[in-house]
Amino acid sequence: MKYVNEFRDAKIAQAVAAQIATLADPQRHYKVMEICGGHTHTIYRHGIKDLLPESIELVHGPGCPVCVLPMGRVDDGIAVAEHPEVIFTCFGDMMRVPGSKGSLLEIKARGADVRMVYSPLDALRIARENPDREVVFFAIGFETTAPSTALTLRRAKREGIKNFSVFCNHVTIVPPVRALLDSPDLRLDAFIGPGHVSTVIGCRPYEFISADYGKPVAVAGFEPLDLLQSIMMLMQQLADGRCEVENQYSRIVPWEGNLAALKSMSEVFELRPFFEWRGLGFIAQSALKLSPAYAEFDSELRFSVPGVRVADPKACQCGEVLKGVLKPWECRVFGTSCTPEHPLGTLMVSSEGACAAYFNFGRKSREREPVGAGE
Amino acid sequence: MCLAIPGRIEEILDEDLQLAKANVSGVRRTINIGLVHDEDEKIEVGDWVLIHVGFAMSKIDEAEAVTQLKALEEIGEAYEQELRELSVSRIE
Ligand code: SF4
Repeated sequence: MKYVNEFRDAKIAQAVAAQIATLADPQRHYKVMEICGGHTHTIYRHGIKDLLPESIELVHGPGCPVCVLPMGRVDDGIAVAEHPEVIFTCFGDMMRVPGSKGSLLEIKARGADVRMVYSPLDALRIARENPDREVVFFAIGFETTAPSTALTLRRAKREGIKNFSVFCNHVTIVPPVRALLDSPDLRLDAFIGPGHVSTVIGCRPYEFISADYGKPVAVAGFEPLDLLQSIMMLMQQLADGRCEVENQYSRIVPWEGNLAALKSMSEVFELRPFFEWRGLGFIAQSALKLSPAYAEFDSELRFSVPGVRVADPKACQCGEVLKGVLKPWECRVFGTSCTPEHPLGTLMVSSEGACAAYFNFGRKSREREPVGAGE
Repeated sequence: MCLAIPGRIEEILDEDLQLAKANVSGVRRTINIGLVHDEDEKIEVGDWVLIHVGFAMSKIDEAEAVTQLKALEEIGEAYEQELRELSVSRIE
């Protein structure tokens, strides 16, 4: 396992951590946001925080697609799923997301035909196999996932499949980051850019963060050492007084992104003028809907959806946690009425959600595996 | 669903539909390679790719695949769930 050692070697991790410590000005307080939920997971899983000096605070960002979906959209999905002719398909995580009157799992128990699928192409196969039923795919995800939906719709169109449609909830990563930068609640110093999203969109879309807001960005991979290296790159930039977009994950992320994926997205989707984000409110041009060429596959045109805005339960503080204003454990229901088994908010549902990640790893420091242990 | 998991291409099934058979930790499933398979860069049998919701997202080298697999095995439950979900996939 020589490859693994290169990334896990405790000595390298400690050397990088030591370098970060020398770059950090102890008089300053640095707020570094990791945009992506996958990074949040690694940070808690490996106790990255413990390797950093006190002066660096990691703030969790809005990059978990299950977490940012507002309750009204969950309710809309459920309304579609309750049509008797509908087979409603979604990813596993979506089944447990609470709507205002229960989750998809609960309506399934009451008899609705809700099926977990691994891929939108599985949903399309189910449509092929059930020509007398209406098959709906609940599409969620950032630019990482949107191309998969786009290619699936291309295929549906090519085969002329009439009983398939997509309830589109794809969102884009840049607008919420801009909204956070504009928000007076939060003063951020630097950003760890998402890895998987960037394989599709590349690094260029983050240039506004350094050009317009003067903050450095480092796109990072998901290994603990990737994250430490990206934090080191950010601290180096801050120490030098530079602000640029750097790519720590260049072994996977091409600067220009994936052109085939971008092309499929621009063919199949168009931007919505507005979309509601949990905790962040309405953000302009932050989500995708099907383009006119694919309107025949749009579930929102095929079925009437309530489209009502639903406020989160009073006790929930997902919004504050999503904005990085509160830490997960500061939410008043964390670990009491909201747990991974019985989630009240979305951040407890998926393993990338900050609350679930902290619940599972962060608070149980005994079980936490230090970087490089045993290798 | 946010995971991207490494798989090794075992067979190109359909050039037109851009389908290939991939082996992910011993689970063999059909995936779509349309996002990484084009004139400039063809996917071949034996290549490693990162797979997300049934689609190859990027071609990776073996060292990267081994590293990522090790990391995924360590995360345990989330990866096992992903493999369970993959195992019911029947992409055609
Ligand atoms: S503990 Fe639950 S309700 Fe509170 S922020 Fe986290 S997910 Fe939301």
